[in-house]
Amino acid sequence: MGRVLAMENKLTRHLYSIPYFLWMLLFVVAPIVLVVYYSLFDIEGNFSFVNYQKFFTPVYLQMTLSSFWYAFLITAISLLVAYPTALLLTKTKHKQLWLLLIIVPSWINLLLKAYAFLGIFGTYGAANSFLKIIGIGSKQILFTDFSFVFVSVYIFIPFMILPIFNALNELNPTLLDAASDLGASRWVTFRRVIFPLTLDGVKSGCQVVFIPALSLFMLTRLIAGNRVITLGTSIEQHFLVTQDWGMGSTIAVFLIIAMVLIMILTNTRKRGV
Amino acid sequence: MDKKITPLSKLFLAIIFFILYAPIFFLIFYSFNSGDTMYDFEGFSLDWYRELFQDTRLFIIVLNTIVIALLSALIATIIGVLGALVIYLAKKSQTKNTLISLNNILIVSPDVIIGASFLILFTMAGIKLGFYSVLMSHIAFSIPIVVLMVLPKLLEMSPSLIDAARDLGAGRWNIFTKVIIPYITPGIWAGFFMALTYSFDDFAVTFFVTGNGFSTLSVEIYSLARRGISLNINALSALLFLFTMLLVVIYYFITRASKVNGMGVRKR
Repeated sequence: MGRVLAMENKLTRHLYSIPYFLWMLLFVVAPIVLVVYYSLFDIEGNFSFVNYQKFFTPVYLQMTLSSFWYAFLITAISLLVAYPTALLLTKTKHKQLWLLLIIVPSWINLLLKAYAFLGIFGTYGAANSFLKIIGIGSKQILFTDFSFVFVSVYIFIPFMILPIFNALNELNPTLLDAASDLGASRWVTFRRVIFPLTLDGVKSGCQVVFIPALSLFMLTRLIAGNRVITLGTSIEQHFLVTQDWGMGSTIAVFLIIAMVLIMILTNTRKRGV
Repeated sequence: MDKKITPLSKLFLAIIFFILYAPIFFLIFYSFNSGDTMYDFEGFSLDWYRELFQDTRLFIIVLNTIVIALLSALIATIIGVLGALVIYLAKKSQTKNTLISLNNILIVSPDVIIGASFLILFTMAGIKLGFYSVLMSHIAFSIPIVVLMVLPKLLEMSPSLIDAARDLGAGRWNIFTKVIIPYITPGIWAGFFMALTYSFDDFAVTFFVTGNGFSTLSVEIYSLARRGISLNINALSALLFLFTMLLVVIYYFITRASKVNGMGVRKR
């Protein structure tokens, strides 16, 4: 009797954890297993490694390579713009307010921002009128890789600025005084003190930009026409257009592998996200 | 670091702010166009707004979006709070770390992968794509963010509070409702709010798991935008901009009240 009671007590004590573990099993573990499982079936539903063979053909390898190239470009340009911006922001008077103003655009629905560029980059759009005024003349901007990279950088910049700003903000100012006392020039101080100490912020910024840059399919669809195909676009295409879930899952498996590698590379040894 | 800002750096910052905000105000500006292009402003009118408010189909989609957001945020908050407790009460630190890593998988995963894998899951489980599949997906991807908002509050709570309650004869249920819950309430609100905004903003996951008959605002904007320019979308974006500003203000007050180290920036 006592033992039964104790068991029951143990059961009810752990009752509260059931919903959370159920979620973990059904929506975290099962989906990953299912993606791997589906990647092992061809379009007719037979078990085979044909999808993996297909992935290593030039067509898919080239797509993967160009997707990585675009993601790299987008991350690099975002970093080049975001770092000086974050550095200057930390020097402003009401820096938290300015930071908030940088972040606000990131709250606006991504599709609306992409849509805005349909108007700006269009044939008669604002960008082309500007080009005409300065004498270059109107150009095809929309549906090119330039527009894709530009809009992506536009969307990702706040995400890159925030971690770098936080890292700069935590920097101990006495270190900079020490550097200048020891005769370091401003460039040397930046290269040997500021940048190394904010590397963690740079790394997490790169992480939050690079992974979505590989996978945002709506941007390529809306802004780049079908000129740019990223891993994400290709997965969407296979799942929702050609209905070849096996191949789509295979690309998803490689995207997951890429994601894990990037996370390891940009590991900042910090808790949480 | 020298505190002075040179005029050149001021110019740089001004350009950055201009680039960030110009497209948004450009959109809103043309929503008042009486013509129907985004390059030729013919005159001021509110026609597009009038059309927007008369569009019953869109009205139903907005209602869908709100219902999905509120329901999913509510359920995700309940499960997320329980999840944070599970992690908090885990005895070994290794179990704790494993649970946190598993928790964060959906936060770092690209949306396409979440969408595609959920699509496989629902198809295999025989769940019809529509309201319920979208609702379940939104609950699923909101739970980890609630956990991340609540867990720090639990960790900063002094364990002697619980000991004191126990010494005073409180049972487990009383400890939970009278000590723990009041203490972590700011974290719960922050989690609920983040879940709400995640749900409002989600496009990619919903796009995968929504069937033919059901649509949310993001999916609708996407299908409209793929057809090209229509100043309806501009009017819609002006309203959404106001709504977003409201959210930012609420968020600002929630984080200030709770001192949750907010993420500030959105995932997507």
